[in-house]
Amino acid sequence: MQNIHLALKVNGEPVEVAFAPYKTLLEVLREDLNLCGTKHGCELGECGACAVLLDGQPVLSCLVLGVECEGREVLTVEGLVTDGRLHPLQETFADLGAAQCGYCTPGFLVTAKALLDEHASPTRDQIREALAGCLCRCTGYQQIFEAVEAAVERSAEAFALRQPLDHARSAKALAERETR
Amino acid sequence: MNVIGKPRRRVDARAKVTGQTRFADDLMLPRMLHCKLLRSTLPHARIVKVDVSRAAARPGVHLVLTGRDFPITYGILPVSQDEHALAVDRVRFVGDPVAAVIARDELTAFEALDFIDVEYEPLRTYADPEDSLAHPEPRIHEYGDSGNIHKAVSLRFGDVEQAFADADRVFEDTFFYQGNTHLPIEQHAAVAARDPDGKLVLWSSTQTPHYVHRALAKALAMPAAHIRVIATPNGGGFGGKSDPFNHEMVVAKAALILDRPVKICLTREEVFYCHRGRHPVLMRFKTGVKMDGTITGMHVQTLLDGGAYGSYGVASTFYTGALQTVTYHIPTYHFEGCRVFTNKPPCGPKRGHGTPQSRFGQEIQLDRIAESLAIDPAELRLRIVEQPDTLTANYLRVGTIGLAECVRRVTKAADWANVFGKLPHGRGVGIACSSYLSGAGLPIYYNDMPHSGVQLKLDRSGGVTAFCGATEIGQGSDDVLVACVAEVLGIAPIDIRAVTGDTDLTPVDLGSYSSRVTLMMGNAAIQAAERARDLLAAAVSKKLSVDKDRLVFADNRVFDTERPDTGVTFAEAVCLAEAMFGTIGSTGSYTPPRSAARFKGGGVGPSPTYSYSAAIVEVEVDPSSGWIHVPRVWIAHDIGRSLNPTLVRGQVEGSVYMAIGEALMEEQTFRRLPPRLSHALVHKFPSMLEYKSPTTLDMPEVVTELVENPDPRGPFGAKEVGQGPLLPVMPAVANAVYDAIGVRIDEVPITPEKILRALDAKAAGKAPRYGPTRFPAVPYPEPLDVPTPWDGGDGKAHPRTVNPEPGTRAGAVR
Repeated sequence: MQNIHLALKVNGEPVEVAFAPYKTLLEVLREDLNLCGTKHGCELGECGACAVLLDGQPVLSCLVLGVECEGREVLTVEGLVTDGRLHPLQETFADLGAAQCGYCTPGFLVTAKALLDEHASPTRDQIREALAGCLCRCTGYQQIFEAVEAAVERSAEAFALRQPLDHARSAKALAERETR
Repeated sequence: MNVIGKPRRRVDARAKVTGQTRFADDLMLPRMLHCKLLRSTLPHARIVKVDVSRAAARPGVHLVLTGRDFPITYGILPVSQDEHALAVDRVRFVGDPVAAVIARDELTAFEALDFIDVEYEPLRTYADPEDSLAHPEPRIHEYGDSGNIHKAVSLRFGDVEQAFADADRVFEDTFFYQGNTHLPIEQHAAVAARDPDGKLVLWSSTQTPHYVHRALAKALAMPAAHIRVIATPNGGGFGGKSDPFNHEMVVAKAALILDRPVKICLTREEVFYCHRGRHPVLMRFKTGVKMDGTITGMHVQTLLDGGAYGSYGVASTFYTGALQTVTYHIPTYHFEGCRVFTNKPPCGPKRGHGTPQSRFGQEIQLDRIAESLAIDPAELRLRIVEQPDTLTANYLRVGTIGLAECVRRVTKAADWANVFGKLPHGRGVGIACSSYLSGAGLPIYYNDMPHSGVQLKLDRSGGVTAFCGATEIGQGSDDVLVACVAEVLGIAPIDIRAVTGDTDLTPVDLGSYSSRVTLMMGNAAIQAAERARDLLAAAVSKKLSVDKDRLVFADNRVFDTERPDTGVTFAEAVCLAEAMFGTIGSTGSYTPPRSAARFKGGGVGPSPTYSYSAAIVEVEVDPSSGWIHVPRVWIAHDIGRSLNPTLVRGQVEGSVYMAIGEALMEEQTFRRLPPRLSHALVHKFPSMLEYKSPTTLDMPEVVTELVENPDPRGPFGAKEVGQGPLLPVMPAVANAVYDAIGVRIDEVPITPEKILRALDAKAAGKAPRYGPTRFPAVPYPEPLDVPTPWDGGDGKAHPRTVNPEPGTRAGAVR
């Protein structure tokens, strides 16, 4: 079978990639673009581990064919870090125990990002609803809900301070270290 | 304490939220080939012929392996070495691996499977335990206690019959706990390769790299020193990645033959076939009580559906009867257990390993006893809770017990006194308790070596590397390792690198099972860190001319407690110590205390200490549809001390989550194909779509109470939290359903259909319940009589009744 050739935007960068036409977006990301942050768990669109944003909307990349993505924009977990800064969701997921084994985490993160992009301050029920397509076997979800809510607060704080969150954190830690 | 007890970002969190954690299937090596397994389509058959010639001739296929390439058996327990990497002459369940194709890519390997010709001669299929009991021939295995019975045991502690005669009331109940599976989101994956000097390396999503190491050496007939097993971070384990697996053996062999890296990643369907999940257990409880609720004696009988292989099954069997005595005082106790083989995927250890099933029965029966004696069920449990620092009737040494405090905390939080029995029809609350091991007291293979080892390397920069064989499966074991070392050395967690789960680099830790890692690795880590600290203290003491005992290790410094300004940085302390002693490193290890049990079978149940939990579940049941909604769960857990409260809470809530799944929806069930389609016994739904598990919308709000009562046996007083909090939730759901609508559902999952059938029975004037009504005649052996501690027993079986089975000794079975 002949490879097809495609140009798309992944995590803000234009990429060109050649792959077998039957491949899913998930397979293209993991096998052809070496972006292994996106996971797989069920092969049939049930677990949500493969969620990515396609033109800003969460999709299950195991159910999207690579050929459908010509000229479109894909965001994966690798694209959440900007200018060396973790996204507020990544900060709060890390701080509040929302990632245990971490296998479902990339799917939750991008799905939650899509929610926050749409609703600046979602309710707990909106969070539950938005994340209902992602399965997590470790956490019981509660710390995930809390992390999403905390990210809303931290985004507001960061905006107010106009200072990157983790830069602030590491600068403070460094200062403390040096004074010792 | 600067680190311990503080809510903290776990050390591996950044990797997990940036997608940088390298799981096994994320490994891509140059020249790597891909492997697929051909699995049996029949549940029980003799293999007449396997012809791989057409598959081997396919373009892109590099190798095809069959059972002939794997003559040596393996298995997790020394007493159950019953697995071949690929079936040799017999398949025992639909999904049993028969052959393997290694090809240039996954698709080529997958397509080649269709070109392997297997001729089977079908054998009688055993679908359920009663079937296996009724038909000893043909045997599924040529070993085991008899016929298709894998293991049958009977242990009796004291005169239980007299205790029933002395009781005011005797209760007899039968329960069924359906099997279910771990469903980790990560499918099992493994990559094998020869390293540049020709030795074998296996990366695998395994919870037990040490046991995989041993199994590989045996099955491949290779020196263990030439095999390196690296446990990649597991994308969830829950017990499902604790056995050595077929696919690990196959890729290892293929990589050795081809001298190229070989990868396999199972499909979700295959993960259902690997299984090793919760055993379906039919059980009967007979309990004698006084009118005040005091238990006089208990007789427990269990029948386990083991599936097609041994796995941990012997241990699972004993576990169905081991921990009843650890929660409540039971002065006389008789346990009979039996595991049979059936032609289904093998069952094994899932979170709680063998104990959730019998805990379910015990706690529902207690609820029934409380009602009959007109005692509040929470009050009843407070009356009978076991005493701390005692030996139970079955010789388990119990340490601290926070159970009474757990009951008080949940009843207060849930406002129990004002809600139990007082909510409107359709709403109810139920309570249940439990306990669990903080690590199995005995290793899987008998030896006198430590269960966990930690090595530390201290660098001149002040950086510390901690090496331990423990395996990160999401529970946070790397964080525990780092936290213990950081606390003792007074440095920050970020200054410590954890290197774990690598049989070449790290000292042995037995693995992430039996809730053993925090306690065992934690104690080993503290010992190693204290030894390193002693070296540094000696050097700093000399430098500062300050007595060693006055030195404090904190805030990345070593200083004089009486003159805090007098001190050196931690890095300077390492340099001083290196100048004085040479290269600085240390080791620590942990071996559990010797068990008091001296009878055969006494090796299952002992633990350095036990955790305790109490849960109250609120339910809303719609009597017209049977629909059950769980809005809230209150749970209190006796953690001893929480090392990182963020992670501890995550384990408690995750346990509640998994328990809600088991209570309400998860089940691993089977069906017969129509006769025209082979009539084979197949998995009902080996897919994530039909195997229902709770989503964000199903998850109740969880109110977690941590009871901190440091146990001297735990690191900084810590006990386990990974498994125990699951146990009380299922029976608490069942008890809450009874409070809500007055019917008993004596089996899991508790589905709307069962609710409606119980309500129908009630309306028809029959027993208001749904559940098993009979217990088959199981040929349990003559009991092994062990006099209780209060009858002057010394932990040994009564000499007249010693079972004369050869080649056995106490502790040989974990």
